[in-house]
Amino acid sequence: MRIICPVKRVPDTAAAKVLRPEDHTLDRDAGEAVLNANDEWAIEEAMRVKERDGAEVVALCVGPQQAQTTVRKALSYGLDAAIQVTDPALHGSDAAAVARVLAGALAAEDFDLVLMGNQSSDARTMLVPAMLAEFLDLPALTYAKRLDIDGRTLTVHRESSGGHVVVRADMPAVVSVVEAINEPRYPSFKGIMAAKRKPLDTRDLAAVGVGADEVGLAHSWTRVVDVSPRPTRQAGETVTDDGSGTVGAVALADFLSARKFI
Amino acid sequence: MTDVLVLVDHDHGEPRKVSRQLLSAAREVCGGPVHAVVLGAGARDSAERLGAHGVTTVYTWDAEEADRYVTETRTAALCAAIERSGARVVLFPADPFLTDVAARAAVRLGAGIITDAVGLERDGDAVVATKAIFGGEMTSRCTVRGERPELVGVKANAFDASESGGAAPELVELDVPLPGQAARAEVVEVVEEAGGERPEMTEATIIVAGGRGLGEADGFGLVERLADSLGGAVGASRAATDAGWYPHQHQIGQTGKTVAPQLYVGLGISGAIQHRAGMQTSQTIVVVNKDAEAPIFSIADFGVVGDLHAVVPQLVAEIDKRRA
Ligand SMILES: Cc1cc2nc3c(=O)[nH]c(=O)nc-3n(C[C@H](O)[C@H](O)[C@H](O)COP(=O)(O)OP(=O)(O)OC[C@H]3O[C@@H](n4cnc5c(N)ncnc54)[C@H](O)[C@@H]3O)c2cc1C
Ligand SMILES: Nc1ncnc2c1ncn2[C@@H]1O[C@H](COP(=O)(O)O)[C@@H](O)[C@H]1O
Repeated sequence: MRIICPVKRVPDTAAAKVLRPEDHTLDRDAGEAVLNANDEWAIEEAMRVKERDGAEVVALCVGPQQAQTTVRKALSYGLDAAIQVTDPALHGSDAAAVARVLAGALAAEDFDLVLMGNQSSDARTMLVPAMLAEFLDLPALTYAKRLDIDGRTLTVHRESSGGHVVVRADMPAVVSVVEAINEPRYPSFKGIMAAKRKPLDTRDLAAVGVGADEVGLAHSWTRVVDVSPRPTRQAGETVTDDGSGTVGAVALADFLSARKFI
Repeated sequence: MTDVLVLVDHDHGEPRKVSRQLLSAAREVCGGPVHAVVLGAGARDSAERLGAHGVTTVYTWDAEEADRYVTETRTAALCAAIERSGARVVLFPADPFLTDVAARAAVRLGAGIITDAVGLERDGDAVVATKAIFGGEMTSRCTVRGERPELVGVKANAFDASESGGAAPELVELDVPLPGQAARAEVVEVVEEAGGERPEMTEATIIVAGGRGLGEADGFGLVERLADSLGGAVGASRAATDAGWYPHQHQIGQTGKTVAPQLYVGLGISGAIQHRAGMQTSQTIVVVNKDAEAPIFSIADFGVVGDLHAVVPQLVAEIDKRRA
């Protein structure tokens, strides 16, 4: 079995976000960057399959040169190899363009399963898994909080607002996972050292069969008109309860009544 | 004026509130004919009610296949409806199931897709959608490039639902070409957990969320009581879902859901940045926390520094008293 894990480099949530005024894209050199948290659950799930049934697990990242640190981080969890697609023409690509590039890279690979996060913490479009599956004409089992593999059949518990939906498809397929699926391990010291020597194959757009006129800011199907900071919230009134609960409860009820919530 | 198609979600034939909101948005913003597409068992019942919402034509696919597969058959039907209607703008509820459907349709049609919109303005034949980005730190306005169709996922409660009245719509049954068997993910079972009577978190106008400060799983009984007395949904911090106190689908924040209700009530939640990333665009924020230094107070419109175990039961009693 061969599993591919798409991984994304994202700004740390706590880092200040700086947008380039000329094109509204994120200045990816401005703050601390990390491996997207949701991708760690996908990596963990892939590692569990590898340890249980045997599998080769390969990370796949579309992003700037600097994303190499993210790829090495992914490798440190015990993955076997990585592919990084990097090209200046990718700057400003939207979700569909990224999915197209991921699909281009996957078209040249043997794989049984694509295991990825359900959302990236920066763009958070939650579009890439379904779009990737569509480009590849494969089923997508998304928002998995449980994954079972029986021969070539995948069964997923897809998280829903009321509980879950059990969904089934045959491999090859795309699976995206939510946090509830597992508890990811920490990379071991050995894993971190080994990650430095794992094969990392860097490709440009031409190598994955995607034209420069299909991606990037100028060719993405969507366009950002403008971006503005949200007005900062002001701290409102606070009331300190005296321990009885009554003071706090009455003050809160007054506030809720005044705002017509009661 | 531009033709718009609304993907109407329904519950056994009854159009859901969010669908009615989207139909209002379509009428108000686009100003042109409003088409609708309704899929799955009960679609035809639902379709007949849409005249009251100003819909001129409804495309339906009242077939069992639509429900038997999770995404791919609906994608085929949505694509067929977009092509038949000639609509340039397509609005769909920004729910994870329908977003998957729309995402696949966007790739198939070469359409631009924007998710989680909270505002819409018309711009020629297209619309410009407003959405929060970076966990609500910024607001962005996006649209499509060129002449392609535009699919916009709209969040619940971004628009008010109003009726407009109108003639019975024309019903068009779609003839849907099914995707190859290999490309379909089949629904085996739908499992509903307890608590299904409460509103859904992403559709609720009021959310009461609980965190580690509840002390134990049973603490959520208090959160549920307050939620029920306000008619709200229940949310949770990651500390609470990680501890197994409440299911993960209720988690608010960076790795959970993004919510923006009219009222967010936080009980025993410190307000870590990853939590705020999922709720800071809520209209009104009130909190109860015993630590006056907790960061959640800096974004709260009203805060009580106190023990939630003392304050919340009395708050529930106070609400009952005022309503009596
Ligand atoms: C990659 C990543 C992703 C994350 N994603 C999320 C996410 O999606 N959602 C999320 O919520 N978090 C997320 N977190 C975790 C986040 O950093 C915090 O750890 C978490 O939000 C804390 O939850 P809490 O506020 O319930 O607990 P705590 O931070 O422990 O706060 C508990 C609060 O309860 C108060 N308290 C205690 N007892 C009482 C009492 N009796 N009465 C009143 N108040 C009381 C305390 O004063 C304290 O402020 C993420 C973290 C990381 C690293
Ligand atoms: N540039 C990228 N390179 C590799 N994987 C990506 C990239 N962008 C998104 N993904 C994957 O798609 C998932 C969902 O991201 P998104 O659709 O942006 O919310 C992430 O968890 C990643 O697994």
